Amino acid sequence: MDTLLVYAYQVAFSFSIFILISLGLAVIFGMMKVINLAQGEFIMLGAYACVVCSAVGLPLWLAVPLAGVIVGAIGILVERTVIRFLYGRVLDTLLATWGLSLFLVGIVTTIAGPQSQSVPADLGGVSLGGLQVPAYSLVMIGGACAMLLGTYALWRFTSLGLIVRGTMQNPEMARALGTNTSMIYMFTFGFGSALTGLAGALLVPLFGAAPTMGLFYIAKAFIAVISGGPWPLLGTLSASSLYGTIDGVISYAFSSVLGEIAVLLVAIVMLRLLPQGITGRLRKGL
Amino acid sequence: MQRLFSDFRRPSGQRPGAIWWSFIAVATVVVFALPQVLDLAQLLDLSVVFVLALLALSMSFLWGYVGILSFGQTAFFGLGGYVYAVAAMNWGDTTLPFLLGILVPLAFAALLGVFMVYGKISDIYFSVMTLVITLILNKAMRATSGDQYVIGDVRLNGQNGIPGVPPLQVPWNPTVTLFIDHVYYLSAALIVLVYVGLRLLLTTSFGRVLVGIRENERRIELLGYDARRYKFAAFALSGGVAGLSGTMFAIWGNFVAPEMFGLGQAAEVIIWVIVGGKSTLIGPIVGTGIIQYLTSWLGTQGVGQVTLVLGVVLVVFVLLFKEGLVPTLGSLIARLFGGRRKQGEAE
Repeated sequence: MDTLLVYAYQVAFSFSIFILISLGLAVIFGMMKVINLAQGEFIMLGAYACVVCSAVGLPLWLAVPLAGVIVGAIGILVERTVIRFLYGRVLDTLLATWGLSLFLVGIVTTIAGPQSQSVPADLGGVSLGGLQVPAYSLVMIGGACAMLLGTYALWRFTSLGLIVRGTMQNPEMARALGTNTSMIYMFTFGFGSALTGLAGALLVPLFGAAPTMGLFYIAKAFIAVISGGPWPLLGTLSASSLYGTIDGVISYAFSSVLGEIAVLLVAIVMLRLLPQGITGRLRKGL
Repeated sequence: MQRLFSDFRRPSGQRPGAIWWSFIAVATVVVFALPQVLDLAQLLDLSVVFVLALLALSMSFLWGYVGILSFGQTAFFGLGGYVYAVAAMNWGDTTLPFLLGILVPLAFAALLGVFMVYGKISDIYFSVMTLVITLILNKAMRATSGDQYVIGDVRLNGQNGIPGVPPLQVPWNPTVTLFIDHVYYLSAALIVLVYVGLRLLLTTSFGRVLVGIRENERRIELLGYDARRYKFAAFALSGGVAGLSGTMFAIWGNFVAPEMFGLGQAAEVIIWVIVGGKSTLIGPIVGTGIIQYLTSWLGTQGVGQVTLVLGVVLVVFVLLFKEGLVPTLGSLIARLFGGRRKQGEAE
């Protein structure tokens, strides 16, 4: 029973990390078809925004959402200066955002230095089936679920969500109906960036902030969104559950590197079996 | 002159003309005469440009002519280096390790090809998946710092890499090893051979089908060609060339490290190819030279963050000079001379 509880915790933990790092990408890549290789650096910016906000004295529960807002604003700036010239040129967005990612790593290293920084959560530990886990990790798992549900609700139940989905599906028709699609693209990119920044800030108390931290997340994020398939949220959710389970179990039983390699192997085999992704055969969804 | 430049631009499937051959001959003579005027340090710098240009060639062959952007080239590059290092240090002999440094990455590319090319995943997913594979290999290699990660007698050493990779021996006389200037001659010979080889390959019927796939894959399939087989072969071949580059890199520096697989390395290859121009094979070689010398110059100027500059270069080229330097220059000159020729014809 205890072992089961520990495994359940490990799986939930890996799952929430997958959700956190890939949710923003599900919006930017899954919905907008912009291959954002600077995604990892947006996570890094969120983490640093959180570190800076705490350094000026803000409590963590305020610093985290503020980090989301800051990265969202940066995302809008990036969309206006670079991305908006590249819609429809998928490969070029990939290359340009890669340049952006190198630039961001360089500039943050110059300003903040290469060393890692962190913000303690000070919530103490919880005993779970004999395993001591930081209580903050439960907050993080809750945060990930809230972000997922919130995003789903925003797209599914609000009129703004309807306009966004319509614009992504058929921009010309949306324009003909009087929607300012350029603004919608800008908003969606900013929203995806904000989710990513929020994720980075949520990760800080456990993983810290360093200029090159984006590297550790970018591969997992793309694996989750790509094998999710055409329905960004549902796909990312199901892929995160699958890979979170594999990663959680194997990481706990053997080592975290082996967990990641296992995730990669499964991802490659999955691409062979389900080239359209997990949700490729569903007819409609989000 | 116009003929010369049109020979460097996208091949029409025709065999290159006499002008191109004489250019190759002149370039070869110049490259092999350079050791007479350069000192050893300069030769060392130039050799690594040739070695890395092989990597750039393997990428631009796939990207510019088959239309597949593979970030896996860096993975094959690193794999080639590591295979040579581990095998040569275990066996003492270097001829077989040199060949393995080409063949193992080729086989790995073929294995990936079975899943990805035959899985018919779309081009863009192909790019992202190869990138992911490179990252994971890098991560796995970084995690091998413990004593238990040993292949034969060689410790993998994780982050620190493997120092003291043996220099290449002359196959028929293992007591003689290659010195800096010999490595220069070897890498110069390889870059000329691989460049000419790939250029001629593109004029064969195999090469024409590859270019056809880039232009319109559906049409090639309707014409009765199995596009997957051609893509698979091209991917494996370029994996082999990237492996050769990695092997030569290990020989050049007597050192392999996980950075060979890294995102930084992958980004640099992309930048060489983009700056030089992917629609030619000569462009990436030029791009490699320019960026290599630019980064070492920036290093001496005390610019701490070279990646920052490289990032800006990449964004600017993607937004403003999509074609890259060589094709842009080429079409400029061709237009200049072409214009004059047309006037001549009118007279």
